[in-house]
Amino acid sequence: MPDVSIQDEAYNYAYLDEQTKRMIRRAILKAVAVPGYQVPFGGREMPLPYGWGTGGIQVTAAIIGRDDTLKVIDQGADDTTNAVSIRRFFAKVADVATTTRTEDATIIQTRHRVPETPLSEGQILVFQVPIPEPLRMLEPRETETRTLHALSEYGVMQVSLYESIARHGRIAKTYNYPVLVNGRYIMSPSPIPKFDNPKLDRNPALQLYGAGREKRIYAVPPYTPVKSLDFDDHPFEIETWKESCSLCGSSESFLDEMIVDDSGKRLFLCSDTDWCQDRQEKQRVDAAK
Amino acid sequence: MYVAVKGGETAIAHSLDLVADKRRGDRGIAEVSLDQIDQQLGLAVDRVMTEGSCYDRALAALAIKQARGDLIEAIFLLRAYRTTLPRFGDSEPLDTSRMVAERRISSTFKDVPGGQVLGPTYDYTHRLLDFSLAAAGERPAAPTAPADMAPSLPRVGDILEREGMLEPPPDAGGPAHDLTRQPLVMPAARPVRLQNLARGDEGFLLALGYSTQRGYGNNHPFVGEIRFGSVPVSFVPEELGFAIEIAEIDVTECDMVNQFAGSQDVPPQFTRGYGLAFGHAERKAMAMALVDRALRAEELSEAVASPAQDEEFVLAHSDNVEASGFVQHLKLPHYVDFQSELVVVRALRAEVEARNPDAALSQAAE
Amino acid sequence: MTDTPLLLVRDVTKRFGGRIACCDVSFDLWPGEVLGIVGESGSGKTTLLNCLAGRMTPDGGSVAYDSASSGLVDVHPLSEARRRLLTRTEWGFVNQDAREGLRMGVSAGANIGERLMAIGARHYGEIRQTATDWLGRVEIELDRLDDRPTAFSGGMRQRLQIARNLVSQPRLVFMDEPTGGLDVSVQARILDLLRGLVANLNLSAVLVTHDLGVARLLTHRLMVMQGGRVVEAGLTDQVLDDPQHAYTQMLVASILPV
Repeated sequence: MPDVSIQDEAYNYAYLDEQTKRMIRRAILKAVAVPGYQVPFGGREMPLPYGWGTGGIQVTAAIIGRDDTLKVIDQGADDTTNAVSIRRFFAKVADVATTTRTEDATIIQTRHRVPETPLSEGQILVFQVPIPEPLRMLEPRETETRTLHALSEYGVMQVSLYESIARHGRIAKTYNYPVLVNGRYIMSPSPIPKFDNPKLDRNPALQLYGAGREKRIYAVPPYTPVKSLDFDDHPFEIETWKESCSLCGSSESFLDEMIVDDSGKRLFLCSDTDWCQDRQEKQRVDAAK
Repeated sequence: MYVAVKGGETAIAHSLDLVADKRRGDRGIAEVSLDQIDQQLGLAVDRVMTEGSCYDRALAALAIKQARGDLIEAIFLLRAYRTTLPRFGDSEPLDTSRMVAERRISSTFKDVPGGQVLGPTYDYTHRLLDFSLAAAGERPAAPTAPADMAPSLPRVGDILEREGMLEPPPDAGGPAHDLTRQPLVMPAARPVRLQNLARGDEGFLLALGYSTQRGYGNNHPFVGEIRFGSVPVSFVPEELGFAIEIAEIDVTECDMVNQFAGSQDVPPQFTRGYGLAFGHAERKAMAMALVDRALRAEELSEAVASPAQDEEFVLAHSDNVEASGFVQHLKLPHYVDFQSELVVVRALRAEVEARNPDAALSQAAE
Repeated sequence: MTDTPLLLVRDVTKRFGGRIACCDVSFDLWPGEVLGIVGESGSGKTTLLNCLAGRMTPDGGSVAYDSASSGLVDVHPLSEARRRLLTRTEWGFVNQDAREGLRMGVSAGANIGERLMAIGARHYGEIRQTATDWLGRVEIELDRLDDRPTAFSGGMRQRLQIARNLVSQPRLVFMDEPTGGLDVSVQARILDLLRGLVANLNLSAVLVTHDLGVARLLTHRLMVMQGGRVVEAGLTDQVLDDPQHAYTQMLVASILPV
């Protein structure tokens, strides 16, 4: 990412010009008013590549202010390169405080995870979305998918889940697992693991989803029902692990698997680094007592 | 204990330093200047300006230098800069009949008013490596155009049009849609399609245009005219209320003439495919014109059966900055989703094994 | 029979440019009735069928349908939402080319189950059971339930398409040359099947065919089209055994082998 900063007069606060921010905010308001509906917006060319979070960055740039505290995660971790890069970008162009602590953040921009720590009212979770259209892989045409949404004609999505059970004996979809928002629109939750889907349901925080390349914004307002699609006799279920985290012992969080030696020995660690550190901290304090 | 590698600020900072170092290359060799890129790699500059949607030779040259000659990266750099620029308004439509042409050819007529002007073209060079270029040394200047060359050249299309043989160009009217400010919504009107194609990747359009010639949606095309040269750009400032010339830019225009059988309402006539690019970019302008015509299939009641005729397919995939970003984002970590896949594939394998232990074991032994 | 027709067709006209595809076609279709539309290719019968089924908008005339949910409705002024709902609940459409009417990328079970899921079925086991029943009714081996139609023969695909349409128990089915392009022996089996299903389910149907043998086996009434116009209409046996119009006489003489 180029080295831009607000000291450089060539760029406006938070990079985008105010007109653009207003346009994006209007799209966000519309998205909040119609939960799960994909609002087209005039996405700008951002100084980082499409597919690397341009949608999320535009949403964050449109809503961020100097009083905000920003947390950026990728794969649940604060220290992955793309998360570092985006956090540096906003620290520079928006002059905001950054944090790795979930509960301290007012805005959390994320790729592929929802934090393990429960969110609270007033927080905003900004998702980076590569393909906003949940029906895209079943129907490549935009004109047709728009009609299917407008008419709530969602049989084809259920067909894909049926087919998965017929082939695998279970719904084998593991991430980007489709959800029904507020009983109306089928929505892509972005490529979060289905483990995180239950966290979307009636979450006290505002969820904003930005797709830069596809130029769509959608939203799930606080406390909105979000249901993962399933069948009565094949209910939605999340991943489970036999192992627990090697660092904090957690058995309730999403675990990443690491290969630690040539013989293929595995180690399991929390994907949410902040959650894991927090638990280790508490364990140290308890032990000291 | 194994600790996950931290991505971290230091790694990124070092990577940026390495890029800068690679860009400079051997310090013993003179650094290339923006003027040199502009003057001696001018066609690269033209392409970056066209697909970057920004007519600025110096900025395009800078982008090429910064990108170490990677033109798609340079287009990306130029676009990311362009997006931060304020927008004053729409210029008046370019009048290419007022072009001061350096080159102008028609393949539909042996001769045309104003004449065939070959101009600078690679078409008739023999593609033999010219080893004299490897050595420095000045070349003699080329002969300049004779003074009697027509100051303005009527467009071949206009002549056919007066006869009713060629459809008139559509008058879209109204303010121009700006794809850099407004989303692309399907189905798209022709002006929007043309804008998308003008920004589109030359290689992608070339392949699609080529496919129409090989039977994937035949256009029966003829080059009505290709012209390259400079045209004035006019703009009406609100406070003045009349047009003033604000710049002169070089463009390449291609008017492709295509067969059309006619329908009940329209007698048989020729139809147009149109291409326009900044600078000298004939390959791009021609490919664009072929694809433009192919995308009119539905409008002209032709069967939409080939990729080049499929609006959603063409327009959604023409942009190389979008495509490059999305293809390359696969380099970003995806280990969380992959972990989910590992969990489910293991579970599925365990089920198979439980059903049929012998098969699973023998497979594992192989 | 009730005293209201299921489909009321009045003066339906469709042009392509200056060419008339069908002109001033009117008829009533009664519940339980199978109407055949016959004629050579280019006579406008498929265009007419597409206009009747709401897939094409006629330039003139009207098509009214007596729906179970909301009584008599004009098909073409309906919103797209309501028309699409109608087509996936009360209607069926059997294409000549089964590939156009099937999802070739998903299993036979999913193909049959789609309409059920579209109208809210959410029990995998029950959907699967219904799909299995229907495979049996269209005489496809039950163990093919999880196979894709790409692995099916032409006749099996056509039978699968029929099952996919009938599973939601539509009241009216449009069929466009349902046995076209199939071997004679395969045709005969599908005709038998269709005849049984139409009778057992008390279906109404509009069937387009160029094959007078098919028309005689399946239809109660017949309309003969030439150049976009209906030149003769009547009870099927009457029309075929005692054709009045010269064109019908020519058709019967040249095509009908029995």
